[in-house]
Amino acid sequence: MTLAGSGRPLAASDSHTALAAVAGFFEQTLAVARAEARKLLRDPTELASRAVQPVLWLIVFGQVFTRTHAIPTGPLSYLEFMAPGVLAQGVLFTAIFFGIAVIWERDLGIVHKLLASPAPRAALVLGKAGAAGVRGLPQAVIIYVLAALLGVRLSLHPVGLLCVTALVLLGAAVFSTFSLIVACIVKTRERFMGIGQLLTMPLFFASNAIYPLELMPGWLRVVARINPLSYFVDGLRATMIVSGTSRFGIGVDLAVATGLLAFLVLIAARLYPGLAR
Amino acid sequence: MSDSNAVIQTSMLSRTFGSLTAVRDLNLVVPSGAIFGVLGPNGAGKSTTIKMLTTLLPPTAGRAAVAGYDIARQAADVRRHIGYVPQLLSADGALTGRENLELSASLYRVPRTERRRRIDDALAFMDLTNSANQVVRTYSGGMIRRLELAQAMLHEPTVLFLDEPTIGLDPLARRAVWDRLLQLKANGRMTVLLTTHDMEEAEALCDAVAIMHQGTIARSGRPADLRAALGVDATLEDVFADAVGGAIEEGGSYRDVGRVRQTARRLG
Repeated sequence: MTLAGSGRPLAASDSHTALAAVAGFFEQTLAVARAEARKLLRDPTELASRAVQPVLWLIVFGQVFTRTHAIPTGPLSYLEFMAPGVLAQGVLFTAIFFGIAVIWERDLGIVHKLLASPAPRAALVLGKAGAAGVRGLPQAVIIYVLAALLGVRLSLHPVGLLCVTALVLLGAAVFSTFSLIVACIVKTRERFMGIGQLLTMPLFFASNAIYPLELMPGWLRVVARINPLSYFVDGLRATMIVSGTSRFGIGVDLAVATGLLAFLVLIAARLYPGLAR
Repeated sequence: MSDSNAVIQTSMLSRTFGSLTAVRDLNLVVPSGAIFGVLGPNGAGKSTTIKMLTTLLPPTAGRAAVAGYDIARQAADVRRHIGYVPQLLSADGALTGRENLELSASLYRVPRTERRRRIDDALAFMDLTNSANQVVRTYSGGMIRRLELAQAMLHEPTVLFLDEPTIGLDPLARRAVWDRLLQLKANGRMTVLLTTHDMEEAEALCDAVAIMHQGTIARSGRPADLRAALGVDATLEDVFADAVGGAIEEGGSYRDVGRVRQTARRLG
């Protein structure tokens, strides 16, 4: 045996075709996501607790502002305007604290074991992002049911539902991966909690979730245009609500979410191994 | 530097953290099929060494090969050929034993046609068949450690790394883990590198040991040879005390001690 470079030749079983490598990557990604989904199904109390805040936003804030007609929302009632924003908010608030679970896994040694496996770091990160996406879907169901009960005209067109599903999965994946990056940097739950709180409110209020961009001062409108949550809400508004329209274009919304996810996964895959050091 | 029978080989391997040198110029040769023990007090550099050899931590100097692959330049190949049980309890408590094994089988890409059989065999070998479908948080500490061993060996690695595998276990659970490791040794297909504080464990399991102190190897060899070199009635504990100077050890960071206590607490 010798050190690197002159090591033993690769055995037949070691050589992977590109196709097999891609298939393996997706298998490993799905395995991580499936494990997370199993845990969620085994203990769904988290879903119930996460539903409380969106319910309050719709029933209290939404109904009051619908009556006041204080915010011009075009052909949509205020409740119809804000329902996609509340769904986006629910997904954001759940996903942005995903890093806490990652830090917890680090403290338990689970991260060390995952990182000592041959699974590519990007597959591990993407698997975690997929699991966060799975967590977002029940929230969408709860908000659809509640919004329907409150008289919101929901679009049930199959293509629209497919787009909403894709946007929820992508949105949750984007914000959970961002959260994972923060977790890799701060590494402790105490520090993370402070930063998580610091991030959620600006992301939410500097977006088009609960008021249109036109009402914002110029500087805030610029911030909202670079806030990924705005694209997420914009796509949801166009596909979730009857007569809902997209300001940026649904293709742009999906492209921004997909591109941002790819970028964040690349960064997270580089930082994730640092959690085991 | 080359030894045809070595499965782990390091050359001047070092790791520093700022001004602290955790491992200094480590030269280690572990032969194929052996159980090799790395002993040492807290802060001696055992866990840092194991983290470098499992590719979790890049070395700051020196080189090492595991299963024929360079840990820095062929890290993915190294990871394909090793199994690793960290000091912390790493089985996912929210999943069942079988689900933990299924996750490992996917991550290590165990062939689909063999998965079911290998998982069933691993559960039977570790005496966990009857509890395979229970959630792991209901397991005893010894059961969790055996499950972790099953996870680490499911893909039939060339080298198994165990970081303090019996820390916090009661004597019976510890004995059950030892029995499995001795059976693996009898099969002779796997090389095991383990770290431990426990001299009795080192005597019971290890073909050879290295005693680390302040980041370097203070003694190494077969336990019987090390004892004989010190004196007729010397124990391995005497060798250990002699190697580390016999002083009360102040090493080990707050994080290290916290980790050990956390593991012990989880094991109940």
